[in-house]
Amino acid sequence: MNLHLKGGRLIDPVSGKDESLDISIVDGRIDQVGASVRPGPKAELIDLKGKIIAPGLIDMHVHLREPGFEHKETIETGCTAAAYGGFTAVCCMPNTNPAIDDESVVRYVHGKGKQVCDGIVDVYPIGAATKGRAGKELAPMAELAHAGAVGFSDDGSPIVSPDIMRRALEYSSMYGIPIIQHAEESSLTHGGCMNEGFTSTRLGMPGIPPVAEELMVSRDIILLRYVPKARYHVAHVSTKQTADLVRKAKKEKLNVTCEVTPHHFTLTDQVVDGFDTSTKMNPPLRTADDVQAMKEALKDGTIDVIATDHAPHTIDEKEVEYTQAPFGIVGLETALGLAVTELVDQKYLMWYQLIEKLSSAPRAILSLPPIKIEAGAVANLTLIDPLKEWVVDTTAFHSKSKNSPFHGRKLKGAPIGIVNNGRKMLFVNRSG
Amino acid sequence: MKLHSRNLLGLEGVSKEDLTLILDTAASFKEVLERPIKKVPPLQGKTIVNLFFESSTRTRISFELAERRLSADVVSFAASGSSVSKGETLKDTARNIEAMKIDMVVIRHAAAGAAHFLSRVVDANVINAGDGAHEHPTQGLLDMYTLREKYGSLEGLRICIVGDILHSRVARSNIYGLRTMGAKVSVCGPATLIPKEIERLGVEVYHHLEEVIPHVDALNVLRIQLERQQSGYFPSLREYHRYFGVTKEKVAKASRPITIMHPGPINRDVELSADLADSEHSVILQQVTNGVAARMAVLYLLGTSD
Repeated sequence: MNLHLKGGRLIDPVSGKDESLDISIVDGRIDQVGASVRPGPKAELIDLKGKIIAPGLIDMHVHLREPGFEHKETIETGCTAAAYGGFTAVCCMPNTNPAIDDESVVRYVHGKGKQVCDGIVDVYPIGAATKGRAGKELAPMAELAHAGAVGFSDDGSPIVSPDIMRRALEYSSMYGIPIIQHAEESSLTHGGCMNEGFTSTRLGMPGIPPVAEELMVSRDIILLRYVPKARYHVAHVSTKQTADLVRKAKKEKLNVTCEVTPHHFTLTDQVVDGFDTSTKMNPPLRTADDVQAMKEALKDGTIDVIATDHAPHTIDEKEVEYTQAPFGIVGLETALGLAVTELVDQKYLMWYQLIEKLSSAPRAILSLPPIKIEAGAVANLTLIDPLKEWVVDTTAFHSKSKNSPFHGRKLKGAPIGIVNNGRKMLFVNRSG
Repeated sequence: MKLHSRNLLGLEGVSKEDLTLILDTAASFKEVLERPIKKVPPLQGKTIVNLFFESSTRTRISFELAERRLSADVVSFAASGSSVSKGETLKDTARNIEAMKIDMVVIRHAAAGAAHFLSRVVDANVINAGDGAHEHPTQGLLDMYTLREKYGSLEGLRICIVGDILHSRVARSNIYGLRTMGAKVSVCGPATLIPKEIERLGVEVYHHLEEVIPHVDALNVLRIQLERQQSGYFPSLREYHRYFGVTKEKVAKASRPITIMHPGPINRDVELSADLADSEHSVILQQVTNGVAARMAVLYLLGTSD
């Protein structure tokens, strides 16, 4: 595969480059980078004037549902959605059936990722932190790590027991692999289906109090202080207090990192009014103050990563009473547009910061090799049209599931192609 | 005169004009209920289904009576012994019923938002007969009707809702409706059973009955569910009765008589003392009578507007 990327603005947080230049790619590897580079033999010319070339984006928090829940999503449909969302890599959570708590499942998922979509999207499994995600005994972390797991998490459920959490932090620290916590003090959230606050009071809906998240993060930070060699990553931060806790812990130089989803920096719990189950996720949408705090925390570096928590569910599963509906929304195909619209356009993030949070920062947290955009390196790139205006149409999603609260939303900024592992995908005819 | 909505899902957001229309219409149906022959023809040929996914005796009977007195054909459905127990979804149940050409659906369901959900999947008029802890609009209307009947107007009237506000759809519908009509609403109950930020609905919050009793015209006393004790919301029914139970001694502290309301069924001598429930200041049985009139008004206004 030979490509000639002409006149794009390369934004590479790893090298610090932000300049207009050409990239020639020969046989899937970068041949030359610079001003007025000569095209390789029979290279396809792609004019990127006004467009952005970024290192390949990674979504470190997705649910691919395979094995076990293939009616919601498969590794193939999930990877296709990722590709169309501009991601060249995803990390998939272990709440499958069987759970990713055994090296054979890690190998299956990782291997399947190489087979689907011509292997253009790298699939990095997150191993379970405990056997069966049951929170009782440690999962075989060493075996999982050697098979290719890049993080450990019981996501969907928290690691509840302080004792197990302590041991998980200690054991994972031997491999430099983070424990990714779904922070929720379950005894405070049972039966809840939206943020506890004014809107839940109005709607008479059982609430999930923000303190359930904050209490767990607070406890974990105390444990981390006791096991300082461990690495602790908070999944889907949703409240102002959680961001404050992480900010303080970072000042203390603890090994703590965290992520936020696009929906948590975009929507408030007010959208639950009307009982549309595509507004139901865990953690739930919070208040306007929390949304503002997410943006500020992204800006000041407290939040390292933007990750989607892509959680596919079928229409039949979601078209039920709000309290009965499963938690979660799909996110891969709207993430970049939401981030550009809400963060770059609103001046919370500069472009290089956005790309950092979608590429280099999550890779560093997961100890994945940094993407190099230099001669000799495998081309792993996401091409972005920063000005493209489009309207979200869930029916056009490549994901098997369509459960998104963003249908009909006008966004700015869209991926126009990805390059990875000797393959390319270029998107035209995006709706809107 | 017509309502501005083709469904009655809640009282939140319903205009003063529409509420007044319903209450005025209820007044004319109340007069019908006093006649020897209590049946009128406006819903002749209309079919109404009562979907009760949660057990209820009085609300269901009240709706059925209201429907029959308006000459509608009525089908009632209780969750047990139906396809729901075989795992059918609410959406499928609703669509199947609609396929049988039903004009109106009355739904009672344990999940907040169930009536909204139903209104999105069927074309029939939907009336919410209670959805989880969200709303119970016809109860709100009959409570408002009862107060208006007694005091002539709701403007400036002071009502305190007492008890488990957190889990109460009756409380929410009362707050929305009464506030729109210009009444002054407060709530009183244990701090564990007062939902977050309820002040923002424009109600005052109290935890001590003696603080609120001197300043109200009526107390709407909610039923306390025994299972709330097991879930840790309060220590015991004895303690609840002592501090939150409405009794003759407590209301005697007021300088003038206080009207006592209760949505039923009453736990006698728990949230409300038996002597007070049966006293001259209790309007609990009027509420039941007015419930039929208020429901007739809603059914009539929605059922004849198309």
